[in-house]
Amino acid sequence: MRFAVLVKSNADIESGRMPTREELELMGEFNEQLAKDGVLLAADGLRPTSKGTRLRFDHGRTTVTDGPFAETKELVAGFWIVQGKSHQEVVERFMHAPFQHPAVIEIRQVFESEDFGDTVTPEMRERRERLLGDQR
Amino acid sequence: MTTGLHDTIAAIWRIESPKLIATLARMTRDVGAAEDLAQDAFVSAVTQWPGEGIPRNPGAWLMTAAKRRAIDRLRRDKALGVKTEQLHRAQTGSEPDFASRYEEIDDDMLRLMFVACHPVLSPEARVALTLKLLGGLTTAEIARAYLTSETTMAQRIVRAKRTLAEARVPFEVPTGSERLQRLASILEAIYLIFNEGYAATAGDDVLRPELVEDALRLGRMLARLIPYESEVQGLVALMEIQASRMPARLARDGAPILLLEQDRGKWNHLAIRRGLAALKAAERLGALGPYGLQAAIGACHARAATSDRTDWPRIVALYDALAQLAPSPVVELNRAVAVGMAYGPQAGLKVTDALLDEPSMRAYHLLPSVRGDLLYRLGRFPEARCEFERAAELARNVRDRVLLRERAAACGV
Repeated sequence: MRFAVLVKSNADIESGRMPTREELELMGEFNEQLAKDGVLLAADGLRPTSKGTRLRFDHGRTTVTDGPFAETKELVAGFWIVQGKSHQEVVERFMHAPFQHPAVIEIRQVFESEDFGDTVTPEMRERRERLLGDQR
Repeated sequence: MTTGLHDTIAAIWRIESPKLIATLARMTRDVGAAEDLAQDAFVSAVTQWPGEGIPRNPGAWLMTAAKRRAIDRLRRDKALGVKTEQLHRAQTGSEPDFASRYEEIDDDMLRLMFVACHPVLSPEARVALTLKLLGGLTTAEIARAYLTSETTMAQRIVRAKRTLAEARVPFEVPTGSERLQRLASILEAIYLIFNEGYAATAGDDVLRPELVEDALRLGRMLARLIPYESEVQGLVALMEIQASRMPARLARDGAPILLLEQDRGKWNHLAIRRGLAALKAAERLGALGPYGLQAAIGACHARAATSDRTDWPRIVALYDALAQLAPSPVVELNRAVAVGMAYGPQAGLKVTDALLDEPSMRAYHLLPSVRGDLLYRLGRFPEARCEFERAAELARNVRDRVLLRERAAACGV
């Protein structure tokens, strides 16, 4: 199973503050341990929303808005994708992630196509198959 | 104990037990004892943590508890007159009570991998032991993944540990000329696990993605422990690239879809990216070995946005190299397919001619199947039909048989 671990943003990150050498080292060691355990699939940081763009879709109309965006706590600053055999395992792995400043991370399992089994209507299943593929 | 705590402790076991067992195996020179001691440490965790709360560093807590038990056991053995030089080692080794230094754990993990995959064990036993000790899987999980009973799997693991003890397998990382051969044993075990999950076994079309993930994880772990061996990176590259196709391999009714007909938009591109990175690492480390070459072939497909943009001449060159390093009739047959795509069906057919007398190919349905396809493309329909019918007879899988009969019928005649 795969899990996305999303790092929520905060005013600090949004202000464009770059991490300190110590923070980078500690986080580097943490990522190295995930890699050594064979579970690190991807990890990246995102630039602050002052450099970002939003596209809003509404009944056929697309609106483009440039950042920065206001609701800081809801923004995403970075992510990991990790492999895990259970949700709890990923929680355990990230319990002591070396965040030096107050931070919030969110752990969410990635959908695999097998997940769209009997709970999905035939129409939804067909659409998903067309867009993303499904087997079994 | 609440369900939440149970899940938490199970998760911690999965994360920490391989490191515990590796360290304890080094201390006691006994894989069975190491596992027992690790399990004892967990029993005490299950007893104490509900009351005391989960420690801030569960791994360190468990390591301390397990080491204490190991030293107690060694002392008891000594008191009972059992000769152990391990006791001396354990007592004088001034390891801190908290988690060992990273390098020590790495050495211990590597040692455990070599021991679990020792050639004295059957491939089956190596696989079971590796998943249990290094994969952190429970016996029940391994049994389920291999579609067998928990009892059968437990016996297999017990026998494996006994074999290691009786053969007095030394607890060390092999050096010199033995090293590459022993490493090949580990790679073989990991790739066996991968294939069990990835390829449908005879008569059973169940893909087991969890085994694919286990194999990938073990491969990545090994690549970190041994970063300077090309074939380790090569195996990781091969597995990532093959696994990347899993979302595209099956139709809704479960029928397999051939690589060239797969919807490439469904391929997992993050996996391809990791696979290509591992392949680059393999190439930098030296000439590609068999796993690396197979990965490079997979990479040719992965890089082509559509099947008609496949670099077939490059694939032919890679199969040429593979045929030199690890010749086999199957490699030759795959080479024939590639030659047929790169240089035309006549050239491909010529390569298959050499296989007609090959004994191992006599009952292999893919040889006539490939010949049928090449003959069809040359417009030699009566011969093509003959080959497809022969292939259909030899095919063991019902779906393959149906497909081949359809191709025979399409020859007209």
